[in-house]
Amino acid sequence: MNVRARPFIPAALAVLIGCTAFTSVQADEVQVAVAANFTAPIQAIASDFEKDTGHKLIAAYGATGQFYTQIKNGAPFEVFLAADDTTPERLEKEGDTVPGSRFTYAIGTLALWSAKEGYIDGTDKALLANQYTHLSIANPKAAPYGLAATQVLAKLDLTDKVKNKIVEGQNITQAYQFVSTGNAELGFVALSQIYKNGKVSDGSAWIVPEAMHDPIRQDAVILKKGENNPAAKALADYLKGPKATAIIKSYGYHL
Amino acid sequence: MTSQINLRLQHRYPGFALDLDLQLPGKGVTALYGHSGSGKTTCLRCIAGLERASQAYVQVNDHIWQDSQRNHFVPVHQRALGYIFQEASLFPHLSVRANLEFGLKRIAHQERRVDLAHATELLGITHLLTRAPHNLSGGERQRVGIARALLTSPQLLLMDEPLAALDNQRKGEILPYLERLHAELDIPVLYVSHSLDEVARLADHIVLLSEGKVLASGPVSETLARLDLPLARGNDAAVVIEGRVSDYNLNYQLLTLHLPGSAQQLRVAHASMAIGQPLRVKVQARDISLTLAPSEHSSILNSLHARVVSETAADNQAHVLIRLDADGTPLLARITRYSRDQLGLHPGQLLWAQIKSVAVLA
Amino acid sequence: MPLTSADFAAIWLTLQLASLTTLILLLVGTPIALWLAHTRSRLRGPIGAIVALPLVLPPTVIGFYLLLAMGPNGYVGQLTQYLGLGTLTFSFAGLVIGSVIYSMPFVVQPLQNAFTAIGPRPLEVAATLRANPWDTFFSVIVPLARPGFITASILGFAHTVGEFGVVLMIGGNIPEKTRVVSVQIYDHVEALEYAQAHWLAGAMVVFSFLVLLALYSSRKSQTSWS
Repeated sequence: MNVRARPFIPAALAVLIGCTAFTSVQADEVQVAVAANFTAPIQAIASDFEKDTGHKLIAAYGATGQFYTQIKNGAPFEVFLAADDTTPERLEKEGDTVPGSRFTYAIGTLALWSAKEGYIDGTDKALLANQYTHLSIANPKAAPYGLAATQVLAKLDLTDKVKNKIVEGQNITQAYQFVSTGNAELGFVALSQIYKNGKVSDGSAWIVPEAMHDPIRQDAVILKKGENNPAAKALADYLKGPKATAIIKSYGYHL
Repeated sequence: MTSQINLRLQHRYPGFALDLDLQLPGKGVTALYGHSGSGKTTCLRCIAGLERASQAYVQVNDHIWQDSQRNHFVPVHQRALGYIFQEASLFPHLSVRANLEFGLKRIAHQERRVDLAHATELLGITHLLTRAPHNLSGGERQRVGIARALLTSPQLLLMDEPLAALDNQRKGEILPYLERLHAELDIPVLYVSHSLDEVARLADHIVLLSEGKVLASGPVSETLARLDLPLARGNDAAVVIEGRVSDYNLNYQLLTLHLPGSAQQLRVAHASMAIGQPLRVKVQARDISLTLAPSEHSSILNSLHARVVSETAADNQAHVLIRLDADGTPLLARITRYSRDQLGLHPGQLLWAQIKSVAVLA
Repeated sequence: MPLTSADFAAIWLTLQLASLTTLILLLVGTPIALWLAHTRSRLRGPIGAIVALPLVLPPTVIGFYLLLAMGPNGYVGQLTQYLGLGTLTFSFAGLVIGSVIYSMPFVVQPLQNAFTAIGPRPLEVAATLRANPWDTFFSVIVPLARPGFITASILGFAHTVGEFGVVLMIGGNIPEKTRVVSVQIYDHVEALEYAQAHWLAGAMVVFSFLVLLALYSSRKSQTSWS
C-alpha cells in the first residue's frame, strides 16, 4: 500500500461512519423473522417500505417452528411474520408479544408444481395418475403448507397410495428445491414461490382450490422486543396498507 | 551351477552417478569398501532390489534378478537373499521368536537349510527368544536381525554396515559371531563397510568404491597392498597376511605363524591356538621399519627378509610408501623420504623389514 | 419411555448408516491413505487436498451439490438412471454416498498419519523376509497401524452419526430410509415436542459416549507387541 495513503485511511473511515450515523438518526431498523414462503414478497415490500418510511427492514428467513424456539430463547426479532396462525397465537398466549398487535397479513395458496413444462395440466390429473417416483411436500409437523398438502391428499383419497413416494423438505423452501432440481417430479409448494406478475413463472402447476384444505392463515405479530421500536409499528401498519397488499396479492396470496 | 555374482549398474542420482561393472566370487565374504557417499549402500540396495537402477543387470549364481534391457525385474520378496540393515529394524509388534520365525515361515519346508536352534546358537541369542525388541541392547538386536535374515536360508547375505550403529564394545562382541558365520555357513556375503578393520578381519574379497565407480576389485591381501590405490597412501595403510599356526610357546605365550609359500614366519604374543589352524593377521605400514642389515640385539620379534618392489608418494610430503615382497607375501612400509634417501632404496634391493606390531584378526 | 417407535427407527437407521459408511471408508480409504503416505508422485498434493475438502466445505454445500449431481439432470443421476437405478436422492444408498464423501478425511487422515509414521523400513525388511505386498500389509502394516485404524473408525463413525447438513439436503426425511436421528431431533424441536427431543438427543449422547469410551479404553491397553 502506498505509504502516503496511510494518514487518509482513519479520516476516510470517520467520514463513512459519520454518514451511516447520519442516515440512521431519523430512521430505525426493524429485525423481522419471515416465514420461508414469504421470502420473495417481503423483499419486494422491503424496498418500498424503506422508500416510504425511511425505516430499514432486516429479515431472517426460515421455518416457523424454528423461529418460535429462537424467540422463546431470546432471539432479537422484533416482528414475526409466520407461515401459520397457531404459532403467533401461542406466543401471544405466552406473553411474548405486544398485546393486540396480531393480524393476518396473508392467506396462503397451495400449489402443486413441477419443474417440467406440461407435466401438470392445471388440474389434479397428474397427481391422481400416480406415475411419479417422488412427491415433495414440506414437513407437515413443522410447516402449515405441508399440513395442507396432507389434507389435500386425504381429500383425494391418495394418502395410502402415495405414502411411499413422499419426500419431506424441512421447510417450504426445501420442498421447492427438491422439485426445482428435478429430484421430485412434482410437489406441493406455496403459490408465492412460483407466481410472478400474475402467473406461474416456469414449469407447470395446479392451483389448489381453497376448499380442499384448512385455510393457511399467515399471521404477523409485534414481539416484545419490538415494543418500543417505532419501525416495528410502522411495518405492521405498512403491511396492512394498499401498496403492501397489492404486492402480496400479486404473489398469489389472498387476503 | 556357476558360483558368481555378475553386476552391472548405471543410474543417475541427484549429485551422484552410479556406474559399476563387477564380477564377484559367489562364495566367501566380499567387502564393498569406500567413504560415505561412495555409493556402496546404493549398490547393495540395487542388488537387493530395494532400489531400481535405470540400467541394471544383476545375476546371482544362476538367477537373473534384474535385466533392464529385457525389462525383467524380480521383486524383492522373490529373491533368495537375506538383508541386514544398519539399524536392526526388528518388528516392534512381535517378540524375538516371532521376528525370527517371520522369514522362516515364509519359505517352503524343503528350502529350509538353517533351523531356529542352529541360528540362535550361532548368534548366541537362545536366551532372548521371549523378549520384546525394545528390551534388547543394540548389539542383541543386531544379532537377532542377523539370525532372522539367516533363517530365510538365503543364497546371498547382504550386510549394510551392520556394526556402524554400535559402540566399540558391542562391535567387538559381534565380530566373533560374524566370523563364525563365515566359517560355519556356506552362504556368500556382501558386506558394506567404511571400516578397514572390519574389512581386514572378515573379507576375502574387497571392492573399492569411490563416487559411484569401482576403483579396484580383488582379493583382500593383494588389493590392500596395491600402491596405485588410495588405500595404501593413507596413515592406515596395512596388509593382511593369511598364514597357518605352526607352533605355540606356552612359556612365553608366543604364537608362530607360517607365511604362505615361504619358510619365513612371524611370531606374535597371543592366547594359545591349535597347530595347523589358518590365521589372519594385519600389519600396518607404519609399523614396518626397513634396515639393510638385520639387528640381532633388538626387542623386535619379527624381521622378514624382503625385496623392494616399488614406491609411491604417501598422503603427505614427508613420507613415502614402499612395497616389498617377502617370498610372495606383499608388505607395505611407510617411511620418511629422508630415510629412503639415506638407505638409497631402489627396486630389487634386498633388505630386512622389521615389524613392530602384528594384529591378530581373530 | 417417551421414545416412540419412530424415534427407535431413526436410531437404528443412524447406526446402520454410520456403520456402513465407516466400513466403506475403511475399505476405500485404506488404499488411498497408503498411496498418499508412500507415493512420491506430483499428484500427492492435489489428491490430498481433494480428500481434505469436506473438512472445510460446509455440509450444506456438499449436500446441495450432491442434490444437483444425483438429480435427473446431474452426472451421477444420469448414470444411475442409465443403469436402471433411478436417482439416488431420497434413498439410503444416496445417504451412504453423501456420508462417505463427507466423512472421508476423518478416516483417511488418521490412517495416512499412521502409515507415514511406520515409515518405509519395516516394509523393506518384510520384503527381504519373503513377504509379498499383501502379506506385508496384513502382517506388518495393519498391526503397527492399529491405533490409526481405531482412530479412523471412531472419527468416521462419530462424524456420520452427527451428520445433519448433508442428510437434510438430500434425504427427504423418509421414515426408515433417510430419517436419521439428527433430523428426527430437529423435527421434534420444530414441532415443539421438546420432551421427545430431549430424550432422543440424550439417548444419542449416552450411546456415543459409551462407544467412544469402549474404543478409547481399548487403545490404552494395547501392548506394543504380541
